[in-house]
Parts: sequence; C-alpha cells; structure tokens
Amino acid sequence: MNINTTKVISLLFFIFSAFYLYTAYQIQVFAFDENAPFNARTFPIYLGYAGLFFSGLKLILPDPNTIKVQHKTLEYKKTAILIVIAIIYGATILKVGYFLTTSLFLFSSYYFLGERRWVLMFLLSFPFVAAFMYLLHGVLDIYLRDPFLQSIGVMG
Amino acid sequence: MIEGILIGLTTALTLQNILMVMLGCFFGTIIGMLPGLGPMTAIALMIPITYGFDPATGLILMAGVYYGAVFGGSTSSILLNAPGVPGTVATSFDGYPMAQQGKAGKALAIAAWSSFAGGTLSAIYLLFMAPSLSKVSLSFRSPDYFALMILGLTAIAAFSSKGQFLKAMMMVVLGLMLASVGQDSLSDITRFTFNNMNLTDGISFVLVVMATFAMSEALTIILKRNDPTSAAKQVSLTELGSIKINKEERTKMYKTIPRSSVIGFLIGVLPGAGATIASFLAYGMERNIVKDEEKEKFGKGSVNGLSAPETANNAACSGSFVPMLTLGIPGSGTTAVMLGALLGFGVQPGPRLYMTNPEIFWSIIMSMYIGMVILLILNLPLIPYIARILAVPKNYLIPLILFFSITGIYVMSFNNFDIYLMIGIAVVATFMRLYDFPMPPLILAFVLGGLMEENLRRSLLLSNGSWEFLWDRALTACILATTILIIMWHIYKTLKKIN
Repeated sequence: MNINTTKVISLLFFIFSAFYLYTAYQIQVFAFDENAPFNARTFPIYLGYAGLFFSGLKLILPDPNTIKVQHKTLEYKKTAILIVIAIIYGATILKVGYFLTTSLFLFSSYYFLGERRWVLMFLLSFPFVAAFMYLLHGVLDIYLRDPFLQSIGVMG
Repeated sequence: MIEGILIGLTTALTLQNILMVMLGCFFGTIIGMLPGLGPMTAIALMIPITYGFDPATGLILMAGVYYGAVFGGSTSSILLNAPGVPGTVATSFDGYPMAQQGKAGKALAIAAWSSFAGGTLSAIYLLFMAPSLSKVSLSFRSPDYFALMILGLTAIAAFSSKGQFLKAMMMVVLGLMLASVGQDSLSDITRFTFNNMNLTDGISFVLVVMATFAMSEALTIILKRNDPTSAAKQVSLTELGSIKINKEERTKMYKTIPRSSVIGFLIGVLPGAGATIASFLAYGMERNIVKDEEKEKFGKGSVNGLSAPETANNAACSGSFVPMLTLGIPGSGTTAVMLGALLGFGVQPGPRLYMTNPEIFWSIIMSMYIGMVILLILNLPLIPYIARILAVPKNYLIPLILFFSITGIYVMSFNNFDIYLMIGIAVVATFMRLYDFPMPPLILAFVLGGLMEENLRRSLLLSNGSWEFLWDRALTACILATTILIIMWHIYKTLKKIN
C-alpha cells in the first residue's frame, strides 16, 4: 500500500469517524425513545458508519490520482502569520471594539504580506473601516458593538 | 402566473432592488474574473451585507453576484486564458484564440450576447417550469425527499470531484457530521457539544461557508503563492479591437444559442451538475452538429465554439434555481449557499414557496431578466476598465477577504468562539484543498443535513423502522436506482483507471 498524504488524511478521517460513532452511541436519549425506530442518535450512528466506510475504502483502494504537493514552494510563514493575526483580531474584537481592531488587523496584514506604501495602507484600513462601519451601522442598521468608540462618545 | 409575474416585477423593479442587482452584477463580475475566486466566495462575502435587507432583496443581490461571477469568469477566459470559474473553461477554447488574433473585443461581444441570450431564454424556461414542478413536487413524500437528497449529494460528489469520488463522499459525510452538532430538532437533546454552550445551537451555516470558501481560498492563495490579480495586469485596453459582430457571425449565433440554452438549462436543473458540465456538453454537441468546414475552426477561434459554452453556462445558472426553488433542495454548491441564506432569513424554500412567499419566488425570476440586461450593459463597454481595476495587489485583496469573512461572523453572533471555530475550520479546509478534497459537497451536505435527518425520521417512523420505504413507491425506487447507477459508474471508472 502506497502511503501518501491523502492516505494519512483518510486515516485521520477514519479515526475521526470512529470517535464520532463512539460519541453518537453515547448520546443520551429519553427512556421511552430508547427502542423507537428513530431517535436522536440514529442518524449520527449511520453517519459514523458512512464515514468509516468511505475513508476505509480510500485507505484500502489504490489511488489512481495521487496528488503531489511541493511543500518547499508553499508559503507557510506568511500564512501562519496571517492566521495568528486573525486569532488576535478575534480575541480582541469584543473587548476593544470593531473599529480599532479591524483597522489594526488590516494594517498589520498589509504589512506582513509585504506592503510598504504607508499612505495607501492607512487609507485602506482606518478610513476604509470607518466607511464600512457607516454602511453597516448607519445605512443598513446592522448593530456593531464597539466599546472603544462608545467610550470616546463617537458611537451611541 | 400573470399575477405572480406582476408581483415579481413590482418587487424586482423597486429602486433598491435594481440597485442591488447592479451592485451584485458588478461585484460578481470582479470576483468572477479573479482565477480561484468563484461565485461561492463572492456570494459568501455578500452574506453580511444582506443581513440588513428583506429576504427578497438579499436573494436578488446574491443572484446578481452569481450571474456576474459567471460572466466575469468568461472575460478572464477570453482575455487571459485563465478561467475565473470552472464553468468558463470551455469558453477559453475558442475565446482565447480569437483574442490572440486581435479580435478580443469581438470575442467579448459574442460572449456577452450569448450569455445574455442564454440567461434570458433559461429564465423563460424557469418561468414556465418552476410553478409546474412546484405543483408536481407537492405530491412528494418524506421517502422521496430523503432519496432525492441522497441523489443530490451523490451527484454533486460525482460531478465536482474530478475523479476523486471517494474524497468527495468523505466531504459529504463530514458536512452531514458538522450539521449534526447541536440540539436534535425534535427531542432537543444536545449532540456533539462536549458541554460547550456555544455549540448548543449548532454550527452556523454562514460560519462554515465563510471558513471553507472565502477564508480558506484567501489562505490558499497565500500558501500557494498565487496572485489572482497578476493576470489582470496584462490586459491592454488598446488591443481589444472592435466589438461589432457581423451578419455571418450573427447567423451562426442564432442557430447555436437556442439549442445550447436548452442543454444548459436541463443540465443546470440536474442536481450536482451545473455550469461546467453544461458548457462542455454544449461545446461538444455544437462541434458534432456544425458543418465540417466550421468544425475545423473549433479550437482556433470559432464563433459557434465560443457562443455554445457561454450560452450554456448562463442557462445552467438559471436552471440550478429550479430544484432550489421548487423542491428546497439545491442542485449546486452555489445554490446551497443561497438556500442557507434563505433559511437564515426564516424562509423555507420548497414546493410551497411560490404560495407562501410569492414575492420572493417571482422577484428572483424577474430579477434574472434585469440582471441579464445589466450584465450586457456592464460587460460590453466596461469590461476592459473593470479588468484594470483588478490590478489591485493580492497584499490588499487577501486581508480584505479575511476582513469580510470575520466581520460576517462578528455581526452575526458577537462571539469570540465562533471566530476561533471559523479560523480552525478554514485552516483544516485549506490543508484539505491542497490534496484536492472538494468543498462544494461539504456545503451542500451541511445545508441538507437537518432536512435529511427530518425526512429519514418521518420515513422510518412511518415504516416502523423498516428500510422498505426506499423501494415501496415507484418514485422513491427510481430516484434510488439513479443514485446506485451513479455510484456503480464511478466504481467502474475507478477500477478501469486502476487497471
């Protein structure tokens, strides 16, 4: 059997399906529902078996379309930085507020992707976010929570 | 029907809705032109904007984005030989050679008129077919719906997976598993929440779409060092040539357009098929039908060869609305996203939609005509300029896509957990994309998961736990037999490839 990354993903999916199936059997149902033709655990149990079946087939059968990814050519560093920035953005958006965190997220993302035109970076972050906020909050009446702008009295 | 058309026209022709079609077409054209970013990403990015509108307006906006994205895809196929969406690959076969001969303007004009005619004709077919099919589908019972959903999921796995059927089926199962998280709809028992309160209501559809499409596509572009905007920088305004189509070319188009629109529409109606298959089939059929003299021009800049796929892919877009509007079962990933958005608005698509929400049903159909006219106006004179606007570096494009994705989730839940979950799903999806695990089957399965469980529940309860309901009725048995045929065909193809 040729072990490649697709097979590894299939194996992980097989393990995931087994775990899903085990958890499906653990779902607590009402006593009167226990022997019913259909209860809360019926569909998940079928799904668990379906997952085991398809990933098992993928593991066993030869792969006629093997995908080869050239890992050396992939840009892991910038991708990881973007993900970290997005996580920090997600962690701070509620406490600090939409305007400041979004503007800083955009500005830092431009920077880490290699952009150095400072004026354009600024225009496409702070004023851009302000305009977008006005569109959502002011025009479309979609609520945007922003403790920072509320604390300085800009937002009601 | 006349009353419905009038309701649709009244809704679609309001200033707000016309503006939405225009905005949708414009935005869709831009996104569609960028290779790698398809209509699903474009629609996903529009979801937060639609929160502020009523369901009809929101759906009109998304429909405009859909046509625009398919239209935009054909422009990059012709000018750059870089199809923005898979549905426009066949367009490049004759569109690009024509552009290389200095007739890019003419190729764009043929594509624009063919798309317009294909879209308009299929909207007429939809107008007549949708209400009739809605009436027929009222006779569908739970076992038929369950079998139909299995067929839809199998078909999308078969057609969207490029020979990776098992991978696509794994994505279907994963989509259904994600949909099963949260409270059971009947007993309110929580499943797979691991005592996390944030998961009690299940995983949001918008979150899954944003993660697997918008965010994951942005991360894939960075990871693979692709630059979807670099190709647009090559577009030269001076080399487009005339956009006039002469009499001989028009005559050829008059013959091609009607037959390609029928093929496109019918393929679009089939679950799982869609614009890509429709355009290839129309291209192949046209090549077989035309005279030998014209046949030799195929692949070298044939008018028929360009007109056929362009007509068919737009016709397929309208066709794909048929199962969504009449059965409540989307036939493609793109209409699955729209169905999810409709469910978010509290509207249940299905056979009763045109009775319970006629303004939504008819205004979508009517907005298609308006959308086609707007696209024609937009595409012919403005395309070269739009293409130039696309020279926005990816350093700006990627953060903006991420920003729209996170904003979409933020305004929906105001919850950090959802943002973390979205980033987590996006990272997994990005990794799976590298190994050609297709995402549309996952989305379709996620949208259909709840409905599928509901129909299976009813069917099993009615048959007292027996699976005989799958072959008790002729209709259910036929649908099931079609599903088995698709699976057998794929097993045969795989075994043939292995041997």
